[in-house]
This record gives sequence, structure tokens and C-alpha cells, in this order.
Amino acid sequence: MGKPTRVTNSIRPLREAAGLTQAELARRVDVTRQTLIAIEHGKYSPSLELAFQISRIFAVPLEDVFQYPEE
Amino acid sequence: MGYAERNTWVQLVTSLIGTVVYLAIIVPQLARGRVEEIEWGWLMLWTILATIAASIVLSIVWGIIAGLRNPDEEHRADQRDREIEWFGERIGQAFLVIGGLAALLLTALEVHWFWIGNAIFLGFSLSAFLGGTARLVAYRRGFQ
Repeated sequence: MGKPTRVTNSIRPLREAAGLTQAELARRVDVTRQTLIAIEHGKYSPSLELAFQISRIFAVPLEDVFQYPEE
Repeated sequence: MGYAERNTWVQLVTSLIGTVVYLAIIVPQLARGRVEEIEWGWLMLWTILATIAASIVLSIVWGIIAGLRNPDEEHRADQRDREIEWFGERIGQAFLVIGGLAALLLTALEVHWFWIGNAIFLGFSLSAFLGGTARLVAYRRGFQ
């Protein structure tokens, strides 16, 4: 499990703005709804590939979806 | 609760019940008599087989119930499930190795095979229990 991630994300507001449910977004990136919920809540860091897939759904750059704080 | 997490619960509970039942039968006999007189071999084999069978049946039944309650229920594991499974296996594997090493040591010391067989069984049980617990903690508290 390791240390808690410092990566945050804006999936929920982007998803709601796009009018997508968790189930719909999960289906479009080929994960279960439970995994999408875990990602939204910061309980699971997705792979880089999955992160790119999510950002493509919203048609925004990766850093608009996932953020990493400055030191 | 997703498909893979549900199956983890089933495996954890059935392995725990199997181990407790086995120990509940064996330990009183151990306290009463000599290990040479204890009929443990078939009991252990039946415990393992019954645990596997119960795990399969419970997974199917729980899957059917979950499917009836929610027709959109997904019966598949994804990337996160696979990563959590590997994590649990890594934890569990350590106890399999400990059980194997304990059995080797007991064999070298030429102790009764009751202890050798039960050291391996305990390794399996601890592996299943702690590996399953680690997976459930990863599901509940998060996995990075």
C-alpha cells in the first residue's frame, strides 16, 4: 500500500460537468465502478495509461485532471 | 462491494472457519494424548477440500444474490483488483515460505510427522488469512 498519495484529481467536477455518471465513465475507461470511486476519492492511483484515458474522455490535458503539489 | 472484493471476503471467511474447525478437533486430542494416536491426516485433507468447495459455492451464491439485487453488477476483475491481488499474494507467500522452512527444520530434527504436516497446514492457513486480510485492508483503506 505504501504512503498515501499526494496526487489529487478533479474527476468528479469534470465528470459532473460532462453529465457522466460514475458507471458510465467507468465503462468508457474499462474499469469497474468501484475502481472509479476509489480513484475519485484518492484511494487508488491509476496507471499512467488509465490517467491518459480519463483525460481524453474529458478532452482536457492530463494536469487538468490530476494534480501534484509543488514542493 | 465489487466482485473481486466479495470473493476475497468469501476466501478469508471460509479459510478462517476451516482452520478453526480443524484446530477445534485436533487441539483437544493433542491435550489428551500422544501425537501418534491422533487421526489428523484425513481430517486435514477433508478440511482443505471442504474449505475449497465452500469457497466456490459461497462465491457463486453471493454472486447470484448480488446480481439479483443489482442487475448492472459486474462479474469481472480490473487493473486495481489485479494489483490488490498481487499485493495480497506477496504478503501471503511469506507465510507459505515460513511454513515450508518450519517443515524442513522439523524434518531435519526428525520430529513426528504430525508436527511436520501441521506446520505446513499452519503456513497455508496463515498465508490465506493474512493475504486475504491485507487485500481487504487495501480495498477499504486505499491502495497506491
